[in-house]
Amino acid sequence: MSASAPLIRARGLVKTFGTLTAVDGIDFDVQPGEAFGFLGPNGAGKSSTMRMIGCVSPVTAGTLTVFGLDPSRDGPAIRSRLGVVPQLDTLDNELTVRENVIIYGRYFGLSRKELRGRADELLEFVQLSERAKDPVEPLSGGMKRRLTIARSLVNKPDLMLLDEPTTGLDPQARHAVWDRLFRLKQQGVTLVLTTHYMDEAEQLCDRLVIMDRGKIAEEGSPLELIRRLSSREVVELRFTNEAPQIQADVFGGHVSRVEVLPDRILLYTDDGDALVPTAHDKLHPQSVLVRRSTLEDVFLRLTGRTLVD
Amino acid sequence: MPVALRSFEYWLMSYRRVWRGSVVSSLLNPVLYLTALGIGLGKLVNKGAHPLGVSYVAYVAPGLLAATAMQVAAFESSYPVMAAIRWTRVYHAMLATPLRIRDVVAGHLMYVIARAASVAGVYLVVLAAFGTLKSPLAILAWPAAILLGLAFAAPIVALAAWAKQDNIFNALFRFGITPLFLFSGTFFPITRLPEPLRWLAYATPLWHGVDLIRRLTLGTATVGLSLVHVAYLATLAVAGVLLAQRTYTRRLVR
Repeated sequence: MSASAPLIRARGLVKTFGTLTAVDGIDFDVQPGEAFGFLGPNGAGKSSTMRMIGCVSPVTAGTLTVFGLDPSRDGPAIRSRLGVVPQLDTLDNELTVRENVIIYGRYFGLSRKELRGRADELLEFVQLSERAKDPVEPLSGGMKRRLTIARSLVNKPDLMLLDEPTTGLDPQARHAVWDRLFRLKQQGVTLVLTTHYMDEAEQLCDRLVIMDRGKIAEEGSPLELIRRLSSREVVELRFTNEAPQIQADVFGGHVSRVEVLPDRILLYTDDGDALVPTAHDKLHPQSVLVRRSTLEDVFLRLTGRTLVD
Repeated sequence: MPVALRSFEYWLMSYRRVWRGSVVSSLLNPVLYLTALGIGLGKLVNKGAHPLGVSYVAYVAPGLLAATAMQVAAFESSYPVMAAIRWTRVYHAMLATPLRIRDVVAGHLMYVIARAASVAGVYLVVLAAFGTLKSPLAILAWPAAILLGLAFAAPIVALAAWAKQDNIFNALFRFGITPLFLFSGTFFPITRLPEPLRWLAYATPLWHGVDLIRRLTLGTATVGLSLVHVAYLATLAVAGVLLAQRTYTRRLVR
């Protein structure tokens, strides 16, 4: 494999379950050292894609290579270089924290002697050294996630697959996980993650794709996507009653897009502060907020505001 | 080192949590059963002539050994498999590593074999202590009990991976394991059963295991009949392993 070859390469990748098409012909490359994100609502096909990369779900059609190898033929060889953090915990709650790391290392064929030192280092890295001898059961959700991350690093993986790594965690726990992932990224570990948290994608991903109904809707760095698909700033006007129906031209050429919601109006613009006086004069909102445009704005624009289940 | 040993190691590690209680009961069970059935009930059965040709305790002891190997194998192949798929999701953890489906299946079966072997081994020692072993061939009752365990374990792990809910195990034990325990020649010769039931009993795997093991401990085994029993049990084990590969794959790799 040459230095410039992508770690993961997918062309026309398809996954179907019976009549349901979960992944509908997607193309992407992940380069070594990169943090790559799959962003999308529930059911967009993110987890199915991750499971195919993790060689636990056969590819229905198209091609997929990981480390230049074919998942259908070289599953064990590929998996020996992966660190997988699944969406649902697969820890053994009755074993101790340390035993969970050690037995997982044994699955990779590492010696017990080697694993003793490795387990201590990894638990130190995820700040669980004090709990090493405790059973997993009483640990908090955030601690279990950190343990899962420690465990996934036991084989010194070249590529980490993280499926919704912080879903269900409280803010402190999320930041603790992000902090560890950030350090791994700095150490040169390639990260592939799925998330539906926009802030997570903005914090961690160098590049991401937004998936919707099995397809890739957009691709780019978080900043690029915001520039291309949203505006620099967003002015949020809140109303006590129903928001008035207005058009973009109320503000002359300064607003690129207007979104009218039941009790709010969103103005997409490059200079939010400049619009505030006009907005007050013409629309009499209850409150006005000027904020930076986020990936969430891009995401909602692309995938809509309708609830997906 | 075969990769399946890594999955076997997990099950041993997880067994360490319960081993003390498990060892005590695997020693206590045969002692209690043989005391109650052999010395208590046996006194009544043996009155006058020995209708079975041997004392009742010598008759029932190998039956209990076989039935216990079956019960341990059936239990370790049922709930723990479903737990590893649905509740603890341990199988999913294994499959994220270089382990393959066949390693996961083999590792679990190795563990069940180890459990059946240790329980049957203790049983055999207790049988010797009760003076029920009538032949040096009795030592072969140990591998025979292990084969019997595998003949149950392999199809049951296949079933457990296929099943959607754990209430299937209630049905398995209520309508499968318990009737087998009672009517496959464990406690009395199946020639006592009415005609159709007797043929049904001949077809059950436990009867083949019981007859094989009993003839070994009593020294009445013949090569031909023993091979028939072994072939029957081995066929069941192989069919179970092949089926398990399929049901595990369907459940875990989708």
